[in-house]
Amino acid sequence: MIRVVKSGLSDTVQDSGRIGYQQFGVIQSGTMDSISRRIANLLVGNEEGAAILETTLIGPKLLFEEEMLLALCGGEFTPEIDGVPVPMWKPIVVKENSLLTIGTATRGSRLVMAVAGGFDLPRVLGSYSTYLKAGFGGFNGRSLLKGDLLSVNKPNEKSKMMYKQLMDCKTTSYWTTRWSVAKQLRPFVRESYTIRVLPGRQKNLFTEQSQRNFLSSSFTMGSQSDRMGYRLHGPQLQLSEPNELLSEAVTFGTVQVPSNGQPIVLMADRQTTGGYPKIAQVISADLPVLAQAKPGDSLRFEEVSLYTAQQLLRQIERSILELRIGIGLKLYEGGIQ
Amino acid sequence: MKFIISPLGDQAVHLEFGGPFHEETEKKIRTVTTVLDDKRPVWLVEYIPSYTSVTIFYDVHCFAKEEFPYEAVRLEVEKLFDHLEPIVISERRTVRIPVLYGGEQGPDLQEVAELNGLTLDEVIGIHTSGVYTVQMIGFAPGFPFLVGMSPRITAPRRSDPRLRIPPRSVGIAGGQTGIYPIETPGGWQLIGQTPIELFLPNETPPSLLRAGDQLEFFPITKEQYDAYREGDV
Repeated sequence: MIRVVKSGLSDTVQDSGRIGYQQFGVIQSGTMDSISRRIANLLVGNEEGAAILETTLIGPKLLFEEEMLLALCGGEFTPEIDGVPVPMWKPIVVKENSLLTIGTATRGSRLVMAVAGGFDLPRVLGSYSTYLKAGFGGFNGRSLLKGDLLSVNKPNEKSKMMYKQLMDCKTTSYWTTRWSVAKQLRPFVRESYTIRVLPGRQKNLFTEQSQRNFLSSSFTMGSQSDRMGYRLHGPQLQLSEPNELLSEAVTFGTVQVPSNGQPIVLMADRQTTGGYPKIAQVISADLPVLAQAKPGDSLRFEEVSLYTAQQLLRQIERSILELRIGIGLKLYEGGIQ
Repeated sequence: MKFIISPLGDQAVHLEFGGPFHEETEKKIRTVTTVLDDKRPVWLVEYIPSYTSVTIFYDVHCFAKEEFPYEAVRLEVEKLFDHLEPIVISERRTVRIPVLYGGEQGPDLQEVAELNGLTLDEVIGIHTSGVYTVQMIGFAPGFPFLVGMSPRITAPRRSDPRLRIPPRSVGIAGGQTGIYPIETPGGWQLIGQTPIELFLPNETPPSLLRAGDQLEFFPITKEQYDAYREGDV
């Protein structure tokens, strides 16, 4: 069991999201930063889609009532176990009754914690993801609160092997490996971001000036931003003529512009459909990076081709596959340390 | 069957079928969703139908051998639908929705009546005499976009949207009527509330209504409303 000693700003259980129900208006949810989720799960021997805990800006304090294998990935936080700094992007074994303080984000905004076996929670509509607005999924459909108890499934064989091999690497408060995930694989966290986009389906409805401004200006991420969408502040984007659109499908990374001219980037908890004109679409390869942006950060957009976007997506897939194979090899050679 | 195909980002294609509120458009949309449900192509992740389109989400990694996944999926989609004739929509499911109008459940009924120079009963009479078609489900789980409301009971959105609209509220916004399945903020004028759940997270499908359904409203009393909620009906 993991006991929540102190809750963070927003700690929710997420996985790869609720797939197949958008036609019934059920939002997808899932981790904002899917690369960190997949890697964290690989580091503890889980399937990449297993449920993890996602925390935003300020993390919780968690008491591990039993020994556990875990991994922390995502933006740069200041995690500590019993007061001793603990590295991210590595498998970690914590001892019984260890207190993990996730700390605050120094760069980036989101951290994911995977535990071997994954959280023992009911699936709702095929997913463990928390849908806060409708109050279902994840842990009782809500963010974690002080006193909550999270139970964890039995680790699989792979996790158990990792566990055993890590026992040779004891440090003061936890066990870990000498290696960590290569920097190139981690989402690039900083204070200003260049995010690559494709033209949106209604890009041509905007004035030429607005289309140019969108790609040449810098936008600031507003404080009203959350898992549903990022509200950006920058030059006003205007349509050539007033245009009432009928609602149609939107997706993760759709950049829509309501009548006030300030763009909103739709994120993991977005609605399924929307009626605002879409000026751009963030490429899937850059969504995990965008997921790390926080209010006050500045964003610029750069247009790429669909061909490029899909090749970049393939590259990510190849890198994760290489990591999976790499971990597998270390494990079967008995040298995960 | 003719349609315009274009990308929505790098993991979805958007199929556009023509003008809104035409039965031809609706038939084409139903044809596509029926074929996708039957054939379940391996690259299909899911789809979202709307008023004039179907957006199909695909798995880029299913096209590992092809140079350009979008081109490959475009060919697949054309192969599936190009030679099809739109299906005939023979029978529509009719769903009857009980509504407790006015009072606490419909705090804006009075305003809708005044705006249209009608009595409360006249507004209820007009709202319940309509036959509505569910054009699409979206915005919130199980939320139906309906067509078919009489222009005699239109009302603009509230200038001060409510932060909290109780679940199952029935509202009017402009020329549209709808039902909020879950509690959300919103600017619709609320005329009543149904005791029936529209979002059913533990059922398959999780929505009471589906695109293409016909819908009718009928008035109930507070006693009947309470009986529905207690499961006596």
